[in-house]
Amino acid sequence: MMRGMSGIIYKEFIQITRNPATLVIMLLIPIVQLIIFGYAIDTEVRNVRTVVLDLDNSHESREFLNRFRATGLYDLMGQVTSDTALEAEIVSGRASVGIMIPAGYGRELAGGRPAQILVLIDGSNNTIASQTMSTAQTLGIRMSIERVSPRRLSQAQLVDVRTRFLFNPDLRSAAFFVPGLVGVILFLVTMLLTSFAIVREKELGTMEQLAVSPVSRGGLMLGKILPYLLLGMIQMNVVLFFAQFVFNVDIAGSLPLLEGLALIFVFSSLGLGLIISTVAKTQLQAMLISFMILLPSILLSGFIFPRESMPLPIYWISALLPVTYFEEILRGIMLRGAGMEALWDETAVLTGMGLLLLAIATFRFRKTVG
Amino acid sequence: MARTAEEPAIQAEALTMRFGNFTAVQDVSFDVAKGEIFGFLGPNGSGKSTVIRMLCGLLRPSGGHGSILGRDSTREAEAVKRSIGYMSQKFSLYPDLTVHENLSFYGRIYGLGPKLQPRMDAVVEQLHLAPYLRRSAGALSGGWKQRLALACALLHEPRVMFLDEPTAGIDPVARRELWDFLYELAGRGVTLFVTTHYMDEAERCNRLGYIYLSRLLLLGNPDELKGDPRVTPSAARWLEAGLDGSEAPMERLSAMPGVEDATIFGNTLHLLADNSVDAAELGRLCGGLDFREGAPTLEDVFVRLTRLAEREQRTS
Repeated sequence: MMRGMSGIIYKEFIQITRNPATLVIMLLIPIVQLIIFGYAIDTEVRNVRTVVLDLDNSHESREFLNRFRATGLYDLMGQVTSDTALEAEIVSGRASVGIMIPAGYGRELAGGRPAQILVLIDGSNNTIASQTMSTAQTLGIRMSIERVSPRRLSQAQLVDVRTRFLFNPDLRSAAFFVPGLVGVILFLVTMLLTSFAIVREKELGTMEQLAVSPVSRGGLMLGKILPYLLLGMIQMNVVLFFAQFVFNVDIAGSLPLLEGLALIFVFSSLGLGLIISTVAKTQLQAMLISFMILLPSILLSGFIFPRESMPLPIYWISALLPVTYFEEILRGIMLRGAGMEALWDETAVLTGMGLLLLAIATFRFRKTVG
Repeated sequence: MARTAEEPAIQAEALTMRFGNFTAVQDVSFDVAKGEIFGFLGPNGSGKSTVIRMLCGLLRPSGGHGSILGRDSTREAEAVKRSIGYMSQKFSLYPDLTVHENLSFYGRIYGLGPKLQPRMDAVVEQLHLAPYLRRSAGALSGGWKQRLALACALLHEPRVMFLDEPTAGIDPVARRELWDFLYELAGRGVTLFVTTHYMDEAERCNRLGYIYLSRLLLLGNPDELKGDPRVTPSAARWLEAGLDGSEAPMERLSAMPGVEDATIFGNTLHLLADNSVDAAELGRLCGGLDFREGAPTLEDVFVRLTRLAEREQRTS
């Protein structure tokens, strides 16, 4: 059944190692991606450019502005002198936030009356907008509470919500992205290289030569899969190594469990790679089809954006992507130290998907090859 | 089927292949004896490759069946694949592998095991590949690529070889050497099934089959084919005249009643003339050419039969 497999594996390894540039690129791609996602992409908002129109210019208004500055979120770049200038700064994009303190702010507060402050926010970047808004509101509430005299404060029934981060206490984005990246890279490499390895033989005409040889379909399929399975696992470990020693993202849980579940995951991406190779006639086509699968896998799997906030139809599409479940497993094991008992659901879905995709691949392979 | 000494090496029995509404091969039957060089000719798209693919067990025929050395190409595809060698017109080796690696890859594919090394030494010796073993296959010239392809196809000592346009695009010397080697193989009892577009190669074959528009139009040795009554109708004969540098009046000839298929081979004008056409008169009309009786060439055979088949198809 597996006739000819060793011959195919022998040849694939020669071809993989023949061109040192290919090897370097294959090991470099994950590292470059790691650097891009680990360093450059940062969802944490800091130093938002802010202009101030302080019409009050009192002790109270300056104290309020100092509070803003102390958060680190707002970078108070300068003062303007009119409300049209304030708006112009935001429209031009020079600032994202404008704070206006009306005349009489300090006097109203001193007199025990409510005072108002206007914060203009550029809503075009929703991440920046929502963070600057909530911080400004929190600041206002906190100052209001402090102004209530201690005597009345003790009588007030305040709800004290205290939050504590269990994992990733510094909320570093590398900790969030790096485990996700392991999944995306493993998916990319195994799917793309497997489909390339077969389509290349079609383009060369060697597939015909193999078809007249006694190589069995099983032997051909496994011979094509196993080298790239090994390559994918090596790449995953390269990424894990860099994650640990460059980005200080430790693996909280068990490494053998992670490797084992990665192996289960890889079967579905190898299956997809095989299916692509039965559809595509050229390596370019294989690449385009791979990207059609890869793009949703990057954007919808929860690698970058949380799945929970997706619209329902998109949420269901994301449920069809194997990467989605592997991302859960990766973050579970690497960040939360989850064990097998917490990952049964994801493992079951991945196993089912892998078997289904491999079955479809085998069926299609049988029809198109030979 | 019992295996007897007279059993043909290759047998096609009413092979038919339909793809949807299109019939690629219609009722093709022939036998190829052991040790024979069988030339399979026909224009591109006539069904040649489909016949080969059915015989090799790659395609399941819609009708009829093929067999190799008494084994059914469909039911015993595995055994058939072991007993055949296949060399395609396209260079189908791995250009990034060396000559040696290509050979050992195909040796492994055929599961030669410990026999790999002696077999590899044998084909390298037979095809004089020794100086090129460490060179990558992609860097070889056309003729040497074909030699390597042949070597790979011969590693497992096939008794039947299929060669699909083996000499397409290689130079005359390499072509001559390849044919010398094919004769050597046939001498050792290997059956060769060769497709080609070259008439001189067709002349080299023991027997020929000509396929056109999915049907096998002709079957026989080159001399039998030239004597086919369809090629030379009873009321006509082939005439030839030396041109000696003078220009041939091709336009006038093609307009002349009773003259058909006029063509030029080098310095010789060659045509099929009705018996009612007088050779001396024809010579005078052509500006003083001296016509004598000639014989049809293989090219005449194929051109005539192709035209007849086209005419038949148009009228039906």
